[in-house]
Amino acid sequence: MPFFKVGDLVKLIVDKNKCLSCGGCVSVCPKQALELKKYPEWDKDKCISCEVCVKFCPVGALKLKRD
Amino acid sequence: MFIEPEYDVIVVGAGPSGTSTAITAARLGLNVLVLEKQQQVGMFKRCAEGFAWGLIESLELKLPRKCWTQEIDGSYIYAPNMKEFLIDMGKTSGYVLERRVFDKWLAEEAVKAGARLIADVNVYDVIKDKGFIKGVKANFLGEDYEVKSKVVVAADGVESLVGRKAGFPLINNPVLMDSGFQYEMAGIELKDPHKLEFYLGTKVAPRGYLWVFPKGENKANVGIGIIGNSPETAKKYLDDFITKHDRFSRGSVLEVNAGAIPVGGLMKNMVMNGLILVGDAAHQVYPIHGGGIGEAITAGNMAGKVIWHCIEKGDWSEERLGDYNKLWWDKRGNALAKSEKVRETIEKMSDEQLNMLAASITKDDLMKIVDGNVAILTKTLLKFGAKNLQKKIFG
Repeated sequence: MPFFKVGDLVKLIVDKNKCLSCGGCVSVCPKQALELKKYPEWDKDKCISCEVCVKFCPVGALKLKRD
Repeated sequence: MFIEPEYDVIVVGAGPSGTSTAITAARLGLNVLVLEKQQQVGMFKRCAEGFAWGLIESLELKLPRKCWTQEIDGSYIYAPNMKEFLIDMGKTSGYVLERRVFDKWLAEEAVKAGARLIADVNVYDVIKDKGFIKGVKANFLGEDYEVKSKVVVAADGVESLVGRKAGFPLINNPVLMDSGFQYEMAGIELKDPHKLEFYLGTKVAPRGYLWVFPKGENKANVGIGIIGNSPETAKKYLDDFITKHDRFSRGSVLEVNAGAIPVGGLMKNMVMNGLILVGDAAHQVYPIHGGGIGEAITAGNMAGKVIWHCIEKGDWSEERLGDYNKLWWDKRGNALAKSEKVRETIEKMSDEQLNMLAASITKDDLMKIVDGNVAILTKTLLKFGAKNLQKKIFG
């Protein structure tokens, strides 16, 4: 058990006004931390905050907020 | 009511790869269920709807008139310096489809062949038992179902939920994936409503290209695919282009599309015990232009045949289903791998080099390069390189 999880320090914000539910973020996530429901859903326990999804999103709908 | 407890084959996804698999498997007498996540088959497109002449023939079907919007007889290719390069085929060589109609037509053909198809079904997991995939867990209008099968077909697109739930080692390198964005526009001016337009260059579309695929006299899919780890979004590159060109900047937006295009990462193995991947889920996309509809149909047809063969023999283990790997690699995979090499070479070129290439390449050589002939590309580049060097020394 790690001392802390990356997901406890960051939060993935999905801008639902921008998101087109294309699933691109899900297909590039190396840790399967995203699943496409109506919008992508983020699993903080799996996220390693690599931001691959943020860079990939064709419309810039994702942001990783760091506390 | 609509979903029985057991089928020979469950196909997840009613895009071209899924329905092609279903058509072939059902024609051979298998009991097939196709499940589509969206409320309507054919929604929402993630592509430019380009489709080459004749690709439907492997299914022994004729493309009905209602499925396509425009006949295409050539392309305009623009180098980074906007120098125009025309490829005129002189006759119809492809179509721009209406995916909503095309996908629904293929779905109906699957039903005619004897498959059952249901839309608005959310497949959320697979059933695993003794190392085999033995069906899916799904929700249809609020009701949960566990449906058993001999073989599950993951035709559920590049993010393949079925593949991931099954534990299939999927490739998710963003460098092998293009980030795609598109407007379907009306009220625009086209160079020629029967020719595709392609715009190249690191400033226009890093690694990929920007496209205009006509769907009518003044209507087209205007879109872009760029490398998946670009710091700027695909939307920004496309908007910049549209703003700069009066032909497009006063147009209307009929539809907005986005998606990931798997332009690389071909899989040596596309099967597991009781599971087979087809279409975008298996990265079956032509790496140079990113076209996937024809690949999906070809692979779906192969998958249908192999599944039937395995079920006939009573063995749908990874080893037996692996015949699909051999078939596909033999007929398509090796060609696609060559095309990936060409793409890798082109993407290393600077804008200046692309301009030089466009300035003196012949139409025949260009066609060969698009067909995956990396030797011609290298030869052409070397020729330019040598000329350039001569100029530097003697010029």
